[in-house]
Amino acid sequence: MSLSQRQLALLLIAPGFALVAALFLYPLCFSLVSAFTGPEGGFSLQAFAKAWELYSGDVVFTVVIVVASCLLTALLAIVIAGTLTLGENRYIVGTLRALYRWPLFIPFIVAAQCMRTFLAKNGLMNNSFVAMGLMEPLQAVSFLDWRGIIATFVWKQMPFVALLLAGALAALDRATLEAGRNLGASRLRVLVELALPQVMPQLLVALVLSFVTMLSVLSVPMMVAGSQPTMLTVDMAFRINAYGDYATANALGVITYLISAGAAIIYLKRGMAKEGTP
Amino acid sequence: MTSYAMTRVASGIRMLLAAFALAAFAFFLIGPLLNLVLWSVAERWYTPYKLPVTFGTRYWEQVFRPTGDAMASLATSVWIAVLTVIVALALSIPAGYALARLKLPVRSLFMILFLLPQAFPSVAIYINVARVFYQIGINGTVFAVVLVHAAHGLVYSVWIAAAAFAAVDKDLELAARNIGASPLKTFTSVTLPLAAPGIVASGIFVFLESLDEFTGTFFVGVPQVTTLPLLLYNAAQGGNYQVASITALILLVPSVLFMLFIERFLRADVLAKVGS
Repeated sequence: MSLSQRQLALLLIAPGFALVAALFLYPLCFSLVSAFTGPEGGFSLQAFAKAWELYSGDVVFTVVIVVASCLLTALLAIVIAGTLTLGENRYIVGTLRALYRWPLFIPFIVAAQCMRTFLAKNGLMNNSFVAMGLMEPLQAVSFLDWRGIIATFVWKQMPFVALLLAGALAALDRATLEAGRNLGASRLRVLVELALPQVMPQLLVALVLSFVTMLSVLSVPMMVAGSQPTMLTVDMAFRINAYGDYATANALGVITYLISAGAAIIYLKRGMAKEGTP
Repeated sequence: MTSYAMTRVASGIRMLLAAFALAAFAFFLIGPLLNLVLWSVAERWYTPYKLPVTFGTRYWEQVFRPTGDAMASLATSVWIAVLTVIVALALSIPAGYALARLKLPVRSLFMILFLLPQAFPSVAIYINVARVFYQIGINGTVFAVVLVHAAHGLVYSVWIAAAAFAAVDKDLELAARNIGASPLKTFTSVTLPLAAPGIVASGIFVFLESLDEFTGTFFVGVPQVTTLPLLLYNAAQGGNYQVASITALILLVPSVLFMLFIERFLRADVLAKVGS
């Protein structure tokens, strides 16, 4: 018996496909079905009504945190990647290059533990400010709330976005950038008007990936900011662990899919608008 | 002042501002890690003291005691990560070869399919996986955790394996076939060894992802399987900052090493083919 190349290819990919189907596609369908099924069976939006009633504040909280974190990450990554590409002082560029990648592969849970101590009322950050005389001890406040979550997300995702962006900037045609400089444009202007528009696709991919990652992280909101309001990931875990309430948890899950789909649509729309222009 | 001197002063001020911004950046980047190190060697630390009251290695001894929780968790974590790499590579080497070299129907659909688990918020997926695993009675086993980690790591291993196979020069395979090697012999003695660096890199990636994974283990492994991230979480929620910080430092070692050496593992010609 001999196999055609197509049959062999399908045979080789089948085991990997089976694992993804069993541990991703099936649970995904299951979560959709569960979210839209009422207590007596049949189609129902009851779970969504309950989820919205209990957690509408957390939906807004989650969206605000993730969007703010992405914007801050983008800003910081642009400054870093821009300095690495266009910087003229080799000491500053060298130091920055050696520094910025450190959090790249640090697990979120380790980042959360770091920030939990660093941003606390008596953490190293406030203590350092007091020691430098920038702040009175009584003025110290804890940042372990929405600000702490944003700080942890930005700290963790900034190297990833900056790395991709710096790679894309380094691949650009240097001559155009040099021409801009020679015509008298400042480095900031060269970065914003010449370089960035050319690497927008890479920046957006990195940001969409970061967006979904932030929506998936459970440890950071659980460890950095304790009580209400919190992010949807924590609410889902709570619904399951405290009540075994799969319907509401899955309805919240579908809401997180919709939020990430929103980010993906913005990205795709931009891509299509780009292709549409002559 | 001459205009030359003014320019010098202006550039001096800019230098100073840049240096200040860099110092602030370094503080926010390294500060959290430094705080972690401080907590790991603090035997007593309370307000209003800015630095630990007593330094010592008592908690390190506690963590590294052979019978301690941490050593058991480390062993569990490494064992799970090794099994995850074996499962992921066993699935992704054939899949990667099929994607890179064979005529596969709906190829791009398969590529996207392996990416999907990374493109969806994962908590909602994991709670349903845990429910299924609970029904078939494998929740709380190492096997269940390995399956979840492998599915999560498959995107890296499949995509990088496909890129590594695509980067192998086809002429070398043809030459082997011309001198009479069978397709299987060609694969094992030409294609696979040439793709090996990329596949090793993907294995390291999967190993690290498994070692660091928290969310999936939290739903599928609890309470029987305690990996290092879960130990860290339990210690932190229990208020034991020293043990949490030491566990975090143990998890940091492989992450930082990988960050420093990633370019040696992943060659540019393989990277350029990722996702193509």
